[in-house]
Amino acid sequence: MEAPQVSQTEAVGTERKQAAVIRFAGDSGDGMQLTGNQFTTTSALLGNDIATLPDFPAEIRAPAGTVPGVSGFQVQFSSQEIFTPGDEPDVLVAMNAAALKVNLPTLRKGRTVIVNTDGFDASNLAKAGYQNNPLEDGTLDGYRSIPVALTTNTLKALRDSPLQNRGKQRCKNFYALGIMYWLYSRPLDATEKWISKQFAKSPDIVDANLTAMRAGFSYAEVSELFQIQYEVPAAPQEHGLYRSITGNKALALGLYTASVKSGVPLFVASYPITPASDILAELARMKPQGVITMQAEDEIAAVCAAIGSAFGGSLGITMTSGPGLALKAEAIGLAVTTELPLVVINVQRGGPSTGLPTKTEQSDLLQALFGRNGESPIAVVAASSASGCFDAAFEAVRIATQYMTPVVVLSDGYLANGAEPWKVPDVNSIPTIPVKFRTDPEGFQPFLRNEETLARPWVRPGTPELEHRIGGLEHTDISGDVSYDPDNHQHMTMQRAEKIARIAKSIPLIEPFGDDKGDLLVVGWGGTYGALHEATVQAQSKKLKVSHIHLHHINPFAANLGKLLRRFKNVLVAELNLGQLDMLIRSRFAIETIKLNKIQGQPFTVSEVLATIEDTIQEIHQ
Amino acid sequence: MSLGSNGNLPNTGEKATTYTKKDFVSSQTVRWCPGCGDYAILDAVQKSFATLGIPREKIVVVSGIGCSSRFPYYMDTYGFHTIHGRAPAFATGLKVSRPDLSVWVITGDGDGLSIGGNHLMHAMRRNLDIKILLFNNRIYGLTKGQYSPTSEIGKKTKTSPLGSVDRPLYPTSIALAAEATFVARSVDVYGAHLRDVIHRAAQHRGSSFVEILQNCNIFNDGAWADLADRKTRDNHKLDLEHRKPMIFGENRTKGIKLGEGLQPTVVDLASNGVSEDDLILHDENTSNPALAYMLSRMSPPDFPTPLGVFRAIEEETYEAAVHRQIEDARGNSTPADLEALLKSGDIWEVS
Repeated sequence: MEAPQVSQTEAVGTERKQAAVIRFAGDSGDGMQLTGNQFTTTSALLGNDIATLPDFPAEIRAPAGTVPGVSGFQVQFSSQEIFTPGDEPDVLVAMNAAALKVNLPTLRKGRTVIVNTDGFDASNLAKAGYQNNPLEDGTLDGYRSIPVALTTNTLKALRDSPLQNRGKQRCKNFYALGIMYWLYSRPLDATEKWISKQFAKSPDIVDANLTAMRAGFSYAEVSELFQIQYEVPAAPQEHGLYRSITGNKALALGLYTASVKSGVPLFVASYPITPASDILAELARMKPQGVITMQAEDEIAAVCAAIGSAFGGSLGITMTSGPGLALKAEAIGLAVTTELPLVVINVQRGGPSTGLPTKTEQSDLLQALFGRNGESPIAVVAASSASGCFDAAFEAVRIATQYMTPVVVLSDGYLANGAEPWKVPDVNSIPTIPVKFRTDPEGFQPFLRNEETLARPWVRPGTPELEHRIGGLEHTDISGDVSYDPDNHQHMTMQRAEKIARIAKSIPLIEPFGDDKGDLLVVGWGGTYGALHEATVQAQSKKLKVSHIHLHHINPFAANLGKLLRRFKNVLVAELNLGQLDMLIRSRFAIETIKLNKIQGQPFTVSEVLATIEDTIQEIHQ
Repeated sequence: MSLGSNGNLPNTGEKATTYTKKDFVSSQTVRWCPGCGDYAILDAVQKSFATLGIPREKIVVVSGIGCSSRFPYYMDTYGFHTIHGRAPAFATGLKVSRPDLSVWVITGDGDGLSIGGNHLMHAMRRNLDIKILLFNNRIYGLTKGQYSPTSEIGKKTKTSPLGSVDRPLYPTSIALAAEATFVARSVDVYGAHLRDVIHRAAQHRGSSFVEILQNCNIFNDGAWADLADRKTRDNHKLDLEHRKPMIFGENRTKGIKLGEGLQPTVVDLASNGVSEDDLILHDENTSNPALAYMLSRMSPPDFPTPLGVFRAIEEETYEAAVHRQIEDARGNSTPADLEALLKSGDIWEVS
């Protein structure tokens, strides 16, 4: 093994850092997601605040060693509250040439890159499209490059393992993880426990992975690869119990919680689609709790089954991603006109068409609002963080049942897979969702509306003397009888619109982060919360008069949105699309706005948002 | 003629209820064309429902789009008129979440076999305990006369002025291929027979598929004329009876025999050397669907049209399996409550 090109004389010192960002990058078969998740869990258990950004290809196993096959996992861990996985890594771990090629552009000069020298043979270089070996041609000049023969070292450490060579090589991600654990002074025990449980059926694999990780840790310690070891102390957090949670998990838990709190059984039908599939998988594990889940034959069947269950008196839920939402459109329209509760979760991804299945985007906003035939208003709520997905799912059920309407919950690929710490809520502090099924035949009419909410009664079939028919044909208000009367159609159209508008009375007013007037209001929605918030914090620390609001209710808007927008000299609408919220805001409030749009399948970085804020304010003052 | 019985009515209510047809007649004016076969089917369904012993409030009629799909509006039960082709999917969500309900799907050859073919197939292959009545008039009526997936080759319609080149399919073949556990056929104007078939379908536990040959007197009049006409029908239909040889004809002189290569053949019982013992014995209950499938392919002019119950076998229903799984998963221990679920996974405490 070559001696690392770093100082070999000084004893290793320890430096305290407020936060660090690391990225593991390798082949899709290298276990980078698993490695990143382990590092995240360990850091969360240490009390760091965490935010993660998994970034993986749509192919399960793209050709090994190629650029399309590169899978990455970035995590920021901090002793302060953080809101994003970090703009750029402090340390990049590159398991092969392709991983280096893909990720080096995001690594600033002076930062550290740990390269697996075994992943740079002629074949690796050719697959990555390198003419020359970047480890030798000066590509890494200016970086702190730490070459480690990860594969060779792992094989050496496992020389006594009964595993085949191939099996041994697969342990190299744990060797890399061991190095990173040493570098950031993390304990191994949480991952040791996980390995022992995960591979319990194969003791040889448990031993090999444990050995590889410990070997990596020791190697970092004794080989003096690094001049310095870092510590990132625990972040001050509110008292309580915490767990790490992804957006998809939080959605599943939010739905189940809403079912318990409303006393209405949960029926979930879905068709697998990236990046929403895990939600159905999470809920399917809740069968002992009585959750009924069904993998439908297609997207349309899934939403129809959910609506059918709602007709039967269940919370009908379906989840999908953009292409699936398009397929569900007609059925959602039926739920609009029959005024049945329905929750449709849309985990957005890059579009149009199949687009970028594993990448994030916010380009389904207008589809959620308007992607149906006829005047078919529905409620739309948006989650702004992984843990916020819990609240969004709960809120959707509240609105759906209280107003007898479909609700679309917008999440996105970034929230779906990203993890963050979540303070587990006290079950008793979660409000109940009052749901009352109509059982009294006296004066019953299928479309007799609640005067306050305009909701029609929800009746479970099986209730004697309340037999009635509903359907997709226009019907008379109150009686529900089929009607082609022109005035009635206009009246019903207005009633359905007014019902959605009235939801605004039940949603909290927006409280801006920062002053409620100033030079610039940053407006966002959904998964961009962290970057917009952090950029605003930094701009405010530079004495800029900027505030931030993040919309959780897109339809209807919170009642004070218009008033707030008009209190700022400029409004910056930042979204991962070409300006869909912007279009809504401009048409609704007739104000001028500035747009910040990004369509790269990647979240905003704090620095690009901050730069836009600074430029905008500079222009105002010129 | 009796179609026999091999099942029990679903246990959908406790109170014994006596109904007459008019208990199932809704207040809505029926708006099918005068002379439409759907009137006769509505009459048969309402009369059958009066005899099922199922409380009216436990019955839900679900439909898609098409002439047949207006059906729920005319039934004084719970009803859901949904969107084109998707009725089986709505019914699936309803029945799985509410196994106590008796769920009926009313569909047509366009709604069920064209736009909704996928859902029809999957409801049946799951053996969901729903009753599917498919009205087959071999035409699109509500859109005013275009060819359907069951229209014969050469059919001239507005959208096939030179004759349809689409090969038609056999609805009962589809049902059998999709693993339906109950498959039957009747004719709109066969009052008593149709009521019996509907009753049998209701008694069956699992997906019941009933093809009802129906006349559209506006756009495809006489589609099933040979079967409808009292004078000719006996020579054109084969009444299926469980454990009985396949005999037909106005004087019951013809039969169906299995020829070479598993090919059914029409034989004359009057001729020498052929007896009833040579004929195929109908059996609704064989687990192998080959016999039923053979029947589903028999069609004029070479064969009589089989009517009655093709197949009736017992399998666990979808909703029963779903709920059994939930009960099994619960086992003897109390499942984690909400608080335990929220606190699962890697948790840590900040004090």
